[in-house]
Amino acid sequence: MRLVSASEITRKVAELCMHANYNLNDDIVSALQQARTQEEDHRAQEVLGLLLQNADVARLEHMAICQDTGMAVVFMELGQEVHVVDGDLEAAVNEGVRQGYQQGYLRKSTAHPITRVNIGDNTPAILHLRMVSGDQIKITVAPKGFGSENMGGLFFLKPGDGVKGIYDVVLETVRKAGGNPCPPMIIGVGIGGTMEHCTYLAKKALLRHIGSYHSDLSIASMEKELLDLVNQTNIGPQGFGGKTTALFVAIEISPTHIAGLPVAVNIGCHATRHKTDYL
Amino acid sequence: MEIDLPLVDKQIELLKAGDLVHLNGWIYTARDAAHKRMMEDKLQGNILPFDVERQTIYYAGPAPTPPGKVIGSIGPTTSSRMDPFTTFMLNQGVKGFIGKGPRSTEIRRALQQHGAVYFAAIGGAAALQARSIIKMETIAYEDLGAEAIRRLYVSGMAVYVANDCYGGSIFPEEYDYKE
Repeated sequence: MRLVSASEITRKVAELCMHANYNLNDDIVSALQQARTQEEDHRAQEVLGLLLQNADVARLEHMAICQDTGMAVVFMELGQEVHVVDGDLEAAVNEGVRQGYQQGYLRKSTAHPITRVNIGDNTPAILHLRMVSGDQIKITVAPKGFGSENMGGLFFLKPGDGVKGIYDVVLETVRKAGGNPCPPMIIGVGIGGTMEHCTYLAKKALLRHIGSYHSDLSIASMEKELLDLVNQTNIGPQGFGGKTTALFVAIEISPTHIAGLPVAVNIGCHATRHKTDYL
Repeated sequence: MEIDLPLVDKQIELLKAGDLVHLNGWIYTARDAAHKRMMEDKLQGNILPFDVERQTIYYAGPAPTPPGKVIGSIGPTTSSRMDPFTTFMLNQGVKGFIGKGPRSTEIRRALQQHGAVYFAAIGGAAALQARSIIKMETIAYEDLGAEAIRRLYVSGMAVYVANDCYGGSIFPEEYDYKE
């Protein structure tokens, strides 16, 4: 049994909140650079250039990449040999979010859903906790802005709708989103499971390193085909037109019920942020 | 093209959808909660918290200001959420809006009827954009935090003309916002 104090978890979550919001991941930077060289549309090239310039400024000046520093989504894999001491795990995560957003000059964007009164400290974290083997804690903080979050969707297809049905709802979601979610997008697709598990899979797919296709080759080819189709919509960077509507499509699957085919589409913006570390 | 604010009709008439322009002068931030409150204020017979005549509204809520900076990261929020308030704002005399993403076909037409313009700032380029803001003061609804109304003095703020006063759009038409 390994002891980890709750305050260490708080410190790590706070650090990851700031780090994720200031530093655009290298895979996205590379994908934006590559897209800029491939774009034929002058304005699309110009916009992609501005996004790259923004990432540099944010990194160098420790400023948020985007003012929408999001809701703090936290994926935690807790080794079953770890014993958390001196505090409550969930409270420690929320305290980390509170401190990270306060110390990092990040925007507090959480509000009561009905009264709309701001909570004031960007809590609660949306915590996805999994118990795994081992004596480590893996923590990923993925701040999620709502310009893109608002554009997602959940669909209950018929089993017979198959691959074509899945493509149709992904493309319908992307077309409806248009320029709103700050394209070029990163698209997370969850297929299977139950209602809540399907949306979790879509969110988890957004953590995938860009260019790392699914290990199942048939799913990988769906990811590639969907990316091609999405990039034929002419939505383009910021919705101004062009062929870079998305940088990547990642699919996560799970067995589902014989009577159903749930599909969730979670759209991420060009600043889809996530940072991982271990305790 | 350099644009001095507040907007004058002659200037607005020169703007064509797709142009990259640089804004200089005062703009006012207001997003969801501030719009709702301004409309309620007006319905209750109160005056709006600032003289909106010919002014430009920026759909934005900045991140907190770090030490030594004028403002924290700031970029546009999704404009279509403000579509239900836009005709009201146009009727009060607002001439310019800054945000991101396409508007509904109705708002595109309303802008044309009122001789107003909608600019698109680059969504998610918020650290870069903070550099073009020279002064910032909170002027109303301070309790709304990030959603309070702020007066910003901008210099060379780069935006695209998204919807011009002729009904033109930078966005492919099939992507006009639909509910």
